[in-house]
Amino acid sequence: MVDLNYLKMSKPQKFAYNFGKFFKALPGRIGGGFVKLGRAIAGFFKAFGLSVADLFTTFKNGDWKTRLSYLIMGSGSMARGQWGRGLLFFLFQTVFNLYMVNFGMAYLSKLGTLGTVATEKVGRKTVYGDNSFLILLYGVLTLFFVLAFIYTWRVNIKQNKIAQQIEASGKKLKSTKEDLQSLMDSQFHKTLLALPTLGVFVFTILPIFFMILVAFTNFDYNHQPPAKLFTWVGFENFKQLLSSGSASYGDTFRQVLFWTLVWAFFATFLNYFLGMFVAIMINKKGIKLKKMWRTILVMTIAIPQFVSLLYVSKMFAADGLINTYLLKWGIIHEKIPFWTDPGWARFTIILINIWIGIPYLMLIATGILMNIPADLYESARIDGANAMQMYGKITLPYMLFVTGPYLLTSFTGNINNFNVIFLLSQGRPMGLAGNAGSTDLLITWLYRMTVSDTNYKIAAVIGIMVFVVLAVINLVVYNLIPSVKNEEDFQ
Amino acid sequence: MAEKNTLAAQPKLRSKKGHERRTNGTIYTVLTIMSIIWLVPFVFLVLQSFRSYKLEKGGMVDYLLPKHFSLDNYAFLFEGSNFFSWCGKAILVGLIVAAAATLLIHLCGKALDKREGEDKGARILMIGGSLLVAFAALVALTAALQGFALAGKAGTLLIALALFMLVGFLMAKVYLKQDSKLLRSIPGYVVEDKHEGAKKLCTLALEFLVLSIIIQHMLAPMTASQYVRWYINTLTIALFTAVLQTAIVLSVSYALSRLRFKGRKLIMNSVLVLGLFPGFLTMITLYFLLKQLGLTQANAVPGLILIYCASSGMGYYISKGFFDTIPKSLDESARIDGATRFQVFLKIIMPLAKPIVIYTVLMAFMAPWGDYVFASYVAFGDPKGYNVAVGLYNWVNTNDFQNYFTRFCAGGVLVAVPITALFLALQKYYVEGVTGGAVKG
Repeated sequence: MVDLNYLKMSKPQKFAYNFGKFFKALPGRIGGGFVKLGRAIAGFFKAFGLSVADLFTTFKNGDWKTRLSYLIMGSGSMARGQWGRGLLFFLFQTVFNLYMVNFGMAYLSKLGTLGTVATEKVGRKTVYGDNSFLILLYGVLTLFFVLAFIYTWRVNIKQNKIAQQIEASGKKLKSTKEDLQSLMDSQFHKTLLALPTLGVFVFTILPIFFMILVAFTNFDYNHQPPAKLFTWVGFENFKQLLSSGSASYGDTFRQVLFWTLVWAFFATFLNYFLGMFVAIMINKKGIKLKKMWRTILVMTIAIPQFVSLLYVSKMFAADGLINTYLLKWGIIHEKIPFWTDPGWARFTIILINIWIGIPYLMLIATGILMNIPADLYESARIDGANAMQMYGKITLPYMLFVTGPYLLTSFTGNINNFNVIFLLSQGRPMGLAGNAGSTDLLITWLYRMTVSDTNYKIAAVIGIMVFVVLAVINLVVYNLIPSVKNEEDFQ
Repeated sequence: MAEKNTLAAQPKLRSKKGHERRTNGTIYTVLTIMSIIWLVPFVFLVLQSFRSYKLEKGGMVDYLLPKHFSLDNYAFLFEGSNFFSWCGKAILVGLIVAAAATLLIHLCGKALDKREGEDKGARILMIGGSLLVAFAALVALTAALQGFALAGKAGTLLIALALFMLVGFLMAKVYLKQDSKLLRSIPGYVVEDKHEGAKKLCTLALEFLVLSIIIQHMLAPMTASQYVRWYINTLTIALFTAVLQTAIVLSVSYALSRLRFKGRKLIMNSVLVLGLFPGFLTMITLYFLLKQLGLTQANAVPGLILIYCASSGMGYYISKGFFDTIPKSLDESARIDGATRFQVFLKIIMPLAKPIVIYTVLMAFMAPWGDYVFASYVAFGDPKGYNVAVGLYNWVNTNDFQNYFTRFCAGGVLVAVPITALFLALQKYYVEGVTGGAVKG
């Protein structure tokens, strides 16, 4: 299409055009993605090959210190007087060896079967066999440990190579003291990130990896270690969650996913526009007591949600204040089934979420509205624009442009918004297959699967599905939003 | 022509004014209605917390105003706990000690002030004292909050030593007028003020008050009712989380914002991908890991602190956005002057980052008060390890709901009041953090 034609189009047409263009370009992009992926893999193998070749040349050209390091990590560094580094490497190798011999090898070797010896009762005694849970968890840990060891081994050799070069050029090597000092200066990032990275590894990466693997096993209430074993089942669980049938959760999954998306849509955009509207009202020139209005609204952020939401959920209960007073005043003649009718429950949740959500958006919008240059409005007023036009042409585009990324995070956050659903309705009314309710989000369903049903395998699959949904939404939106910001812009 | 123009404009102006007035009127009405909707549940909550569960019903009733206003529900929360008498005693003793010490230090400071120059002894006392005080305070706080019987003599000795050092340290603080580097590195230290002396004495008195209360607690421990125990659990978790999480978040965001190193992009992208997995997916694994460490059920408090802090490095976005806005030329000029990266972090960036530090502390402190999921899973049915959210949730949902509703209201009010007050006091920083985070994504 020619540029001129594009400019002639009305706004919806432009949007439709861009939308269509995006999907037309999608196959190409996906193809491009695969090409990129292929290139990345090829690049990885190339780098790997180079690295291996480098290992050989380093060994050939190395002196005895370097060569010894191939066998005993850190020995080269120690021989060169870099005691600190050398000792660390050596210590790591020792720990690794001890771990593998005493612990790791046993678990790693059983990882393929997740244990074969079942726990049995011999007379009154329980003879414990293999514990599949431990085998899987420690097996994964050992795998990570092996990778870390290979990486460290490689670093150890690289350092020897560099040290040899420095020595050959006649310069002095860094002493241990200088090494330590550099941790506060040129290597400061290592000091800052060491502990957080360890924490994230142990408490996030390792568990996520473990749970992804659980999705491919039959770990559930019938296969609970240490009494019972569980084992690999391939894609069986995915089939059970996605296909429809009497023993499968396909229908439930689709319904829950649908409601999750509907909920996230309303929770994000309804709050967004209403919050912006409230912010505009409060910020209007001539409105007094701005601070008071804001403070009153902010109360719902300040008060812990378990207090406010639990109380409000009881207010809307069948014998709660709302129903009793409406009955008393004769406005209704039957109790409104706020939490027992699926439609009402969904409506009430979205309604109450407005109560919780508007203040956030009001605060955000207030900050942004103040940043809009006042002369824009001034010139618009001189040109005779009315309030609606100014809103449509200045305020809204500016807001959308600036808060585009926020909307995405907010949508993501709402898909995983556990607190509101759980504290208000706990997913009720129940009645779907797989112990799910009409107001259950994927995340609350996952929670029930884990806590009350102990159906870990399906919980793991649901978790992966949430990941897939979020990843798709994020990828699509990131490609649609034009303002991919340069990180360095602000510096 | 000109006359005609003004004449024509006048009615228009007036109508415009009328229009303006009408719009404002509508806005005021809408805002008033909204304010009522926003506040009404909280007013109801407070009203119902005063309905006695003994004289009237403790559950749902069809009227709002209690027939007899009573404090029965609140009394129930503290039943079996000597909380009030303990508090009274502790504060009384604390006040007396604080007043006496303040007077003494004031007099000593005045006497010493006449001498000139910096005293070496004072310096030593200061260094040793500040280190020991920090350590002892941490130990004492943990012990006091958790009601552990501090391992007898060793603990008491440590506290006594710390107290002694503290006196020396504070004396030196008042006595030394110089604005030394060392003094500036101590948090909470205030210089360049007219009322310097008075301020110092006030801080001092406060420090003594806290210390005496802690010591008083060690001499005569408080017996806790269930609710008081949950409250103390939550407070402990919140305090530790606030400190640790802030340290972690700030170091990660500083490293990712200011330092350029290999693997930086990789870290940021991995955090992005990891963030797409729902948090509860890993619950059973975390429970198992904590169980291996012995930190579940009755020991849920340290376990929860570990969970909240371990992965908190992933929430670096907002403070990184803030660091990004501090001009890089500041770092560069300091680096040219010979400062190490660590010094730049501590002396240049940190003082400028006060708003974001307060925001991070506030968020980290408030989050544990509302967490139900992990808290209930880690405590696993042992009321000793509950936090307030789990305890009160169980009161209204699984237990005898018809009896415990008003007691839940009372418990909720006692949680909400201090948290809300704190939040409103620091609202400015919250707004700054939230808007900054939203704009930069």
